[in-house]
Amino acid sequence: MRYLPKSDSERQVMLCEIGAKSTDDLFATIPAEYRLKGDLNIPRAYAESEIVQFFRQRATESAQGYATFLGAGAYSHYRPVTIDALVSRGEFFTAYTPYQPEIAQGTLQAIFEFQTMICELTGMDVANASMYDGSTGAAEALMMAARITGRHKSVIATSVHPEYREVITTYARYQGMPVSTVGYLKNGRVDLEALDKAIDNETAGVLIQSPNFFGTIEDVTAVGDIVHKKGALLIVSIAEAVSLGIVKPPAAADIVSMEAQSFGVPLGYGGPYCGVIATREKFVRQIPGRLVGETRDRNGKRGFVLTLSTREQHIRREKATSNICTNQALVALMCGIFMTVYGREGLKELARHNLAKADYALCEFKRSGAKVLFEGAPRFNEFVIQTRTDPYTINDKLLGEKIIGGFPLKKFYPELANASLWCCTETTSKASIDAAAKEVAL
Amino acid sequence: MAYPADYKYTKEHEWLKVEGNTGTIGITDHAQESLGDIVFVELPKVGTEIIAGKTFGTVESVKAVSDLFAPVTGTVTEINEALNTAPEQVNKDAHAAWMIKVELKDPSEANQLLSVGDYEKFVAEEGGH
Amino acid sequence: MNGNEKIRKATTHISQNEVLIFERSSAGKKAYMLPPLDVPDVDPAKLLGELAREDLGHMPEVSEIEIIRHYTRLSTWNYAVDHGMYPLGSCTMKYNARVNETVARLPGLAEAHPYQPERISQGALLIMKLLSEQLLEITGMDAITLQPAAGAHGELTGILMVRACLESRGNPRKKILIPDSAHGTNPATAAMVGYSVENLKSNAAGMVDIPSLEAQVNEDVAALMLTNPNTLGVFEREIHKIAEILHRKGALLYMDGANMNALVGKVRPGDFGADVMHLNLHKTFSTPHGGGGPGSGPVACKKILDPFLPAPVIVTKADGTLGFEYNRPQSIGRVRMFYGNFGMHVRALAYIMANGPDGLRQTTEDAVLNANYVRKGLEDAYELPYKTPTMHEVVFSDRRQTAKGIKTGDIAKRLIDYGFHPYTVSFPLVVPGALMIEPTESESKASLDLFIEAMKDIAEEVEQNPEIILEAPHNTRISRLDETTAARKPILRWKPQS
Repeated sequence: MRYLPKSDSERQVMLCEIGAKSTDDLFATIPAEYRLKGDLNIPRAYAESEIVQFFRQRATESAQGYATFLGAGAYSHYRPVTIDALVSRGEFFTAYTPYQPEIAQGTLQAIFEFQTMICELTGMDVANASMYDGSTGAAEALMMAARITGRHKSVIATSVHPEYREVITTYARYQGMPVSTVGYLKNGRVDLEALDKAIDNETAGVLIQSPNFFGTIEDVTAVGDIVHKKGALLIVSIAEAVSLGIVKPPAAADIVSMEAQSFGVPLGYGGPYCGVIATREKFVRQIPGRLVGETRDRNGKRGFVLTLSTREQHIRREKATSNICTNQALVALMCGIFMTVYGREGLKELARHNLAKADYALCEFKRSGAKVLFEGAPRFNEFVIQTRTDPYTINDKLLGEKIIGGFPLKKFYPELANASLWCCTETTSKASIDAAAKEVAL
Repeated sequence: MAYPADYKYTKEHEWLKVEGNTGTIGITDHAQESLGDIVFVELPKVGTEIIAGKTFGTVESVKAVSDLFAPVTGTVTEINEALNTAPEQVNKDAHAAWMIKVELKDPSEANQLLSVGDYEKFVAEEGGH
Repeated sequence: MNGNEKIRKATTHISQNEVLIFERSSAGKKAYMLPPLDVPDVDPAKLLGELAREDLGHMPEVSEIEIIRHYTRLSTWNYAVDHGMYPLGSCTMKYNARVNETVARLPGLAEAHPYQPERISQGALLIMKLLSEQLLEITGMDAITLQPAAGAHGELTGILMVRACLESRGNPRKKILIPDSAHGTNPATAAMVGYSVENLKSNAAGMVDIPSLEAQVNEDVAALMLTNPNTLGVFEREIHKIAEILHRKGALLYMDGANMNALVGKVRPGDFGADVMHLNLHKTFSTPHGGGGPGSGPVACKKILDPFLPAPVIVTKADGTLGFEYNRPQSIGRVRMFYGNFGMHVRALAYIMANGPDGLRQTTEDAVLNANYVRKGLEDAYELPYKTPTMHEVVFSDRRQTAKGIKTGDIAKRLIDYGFHPYTVSFPLVVPGALMIEPTESESKASLDLFIEAMKDIAEEVEQNPEIILEAPHNTRISRLDETTAARKPILRWKPQS
């Protein structure tokens, strides 16, 4: 076996040293009746060349070379080649969690920079080292709000990603956390009147998403006023991180729960992605997950360590802020490199390109006769149209042109028949927008 | 460090000083010594009722968390805010760095706690393990 | 004298200094260029109104060469499996094959959108299906989900399934039993599912104490969460009896699969009575740890728990194509958006393919052989609190060294000078001052010999020159850091000096 660095004679020498007659001796502690008598029923070992061939074949069966208008929580942005060049360094990807800081300063400093950049972009004071993804991060943010307020109820806007809401329902079920929802208005924004009614003095946290699942940017300040008046906390989920380049950060939020996939993380059929929770300094002891902090060594030299670990499961066990252990460190590193490549000016320009492409598509679709839903509030790079034809039919036609059309909303919003959610990023070409505009006219 | 003779003690290493109806509570020098550098003290809000034998807060070092157990029952009237920014005071002088003051429900409850002699003996025995 | 003359594995060399990226920033520097817009440009203020953002604060402005140097320099400050032995107990720091990285980055897989139509996702679905089938064969279980993102997330999924199953029988019950040797994630998970935690004592052999278990299992117990082999590296010999005791009282056996590297190809949890378990693809199946993540924590279970698996599950449809089934009325629901950490599924399947049945078995045998070889090599120098046979990891205690004022954490720091990553320090909690060593199969005899020699040298230094250990590490870029101040006065982000 090519990954195993031993010859049979070396194995014999080692067995002899231990005082074992055979390998079987080493497994004698397992009762014989449970030990496998034969081989596992899995295919034979493959050569490296065969493995590459196998996966190349699978890749050709997976929408290789299509243009896409899908967003809906996973965004197709260009990934600068520096990202893979750097995260492919074994020093990064074959290292463990930086529990021994003297030999893990690379990972620690990179995470400290990631935390800082997330703070700069979200306007929050502190950010953690990452969560699994945006959906579990949102669930954990609501649980965090419950710990801070000592209250137990949650209110969620239905314009939050439907799969985030499903995950929250799963997480909340046995935590004594009743979850209620509030709907959206004709302009796609949260129904503020309904929200006002939904919050009571037992509400711990209110979760909205901005830009929301329909691509509409929420009036976070107005939502914040209502939420804070009742003593609850406002959690803002950001699923399309690139929006922060051009949309004001949610200053009224108490907790920001982000999905940073847009920052240089491959779509990868849904994961791994990179959740992150950011919050106010006063709430830092209730944040879940790892945190990196700056300190000094014995000679006064700057260095970084994992800190405030007493919140975490390996110390506080059943009283921990979360059971999270493994996070998404390498993916956070990708995000950090992406944010560095684009930086202060580039993120703005990148976001403007997204805004321009989506605006162009929206105008073209409208001109072709599609009805644009949720007019009257600003959007970033996604919008909803309603067509005379079933969107699945439209998408079938577009597939023939190697274009993946918008996301049909009926599955999650039965009331939005024939509506679909379209996303344009900097990678969407005018040609594919023009091609799609022809089909949505049907 | 000497244990004040006018304090009462628990086997969980808290001390209690009674003045009239008011009890002042902290942790002992032995407790701070075994915890190491204290980095955070989490205390209840004023007005909270604490119950003898139950936890009322936590004290944290870099890699450990310890529950704080109430020596007596009562209502919290004051907390030592200084510990928020300077938890190291507990390491420097555990018997002066009080944590909470409570209005005692029953001042005679204190009689069931350990005297200084009993506590010193208890610590010596525990340390001999 | 710093004792370096004895050190054979490593030599100090120059490493580059590097500031924080923000300290390299200067207005106007760029590392990007966007293509010309092929649609009309827009005025953000017009489209977004008051919500338009003008300023991105202190986001860095640097050039490409600076970025390459910045992260390359940082990378050289890390120790990694690619450098050498990384014997962290319970973490299974094995070799991460490069072909796994290559195939995970193939454009058709890396660029697949999770909502693209199933009929143009057959390749990705087949990968998930094959991995599912092979993990079921390896574990001896009946059904599986790949959705959980990490081990602890798998635990959450599994215990939610236990709860849903018991609820369907009429009583979710109140508590979860957890041995004192368990990972912290176990009790934290139980609490997230609304269960209280009851501690289960180990016996003198480091195994579950059967009489205590019998006494503690009653109608209130939902499940026992058991790591097997446990964190002492000891196989629970009476596992079948443990399962029987639980099942008799209507409770379930959850197996934490963190230590599956000791079992693959030799014995299957499904055969010895486990009802539900998670796997850590980033441990046993060689997906890289990445400095803390991502991981992947599939959950496999017996038939009785199948209806409760998270939705969706992969199915073969009437027309023979693969797809997702969402209609699962008894499902616990989703635990993560989309389908899990697919990129890790690709890598794990590539690992299994590279090994085949023979390779997987040999891998397990080598992992166990290596741990026993280390045990034999060090048992004269360090105290072995449990003499029970060792599987894939061995736990020593620092009792002899403590007499000289040296603790496990100090020995770990000195090991860094010798060019090794330390073992797991102070865990499991059942061993005071634990040194938990898991060499994995990826170490040659020569590297194990070097490690044993280093550990013995340190044991000698404890006697001769304890100061050198207390001040270790000596050869790293930075010395021991002030973690106390870091926690008392947390600085969690960079700020410009005003």
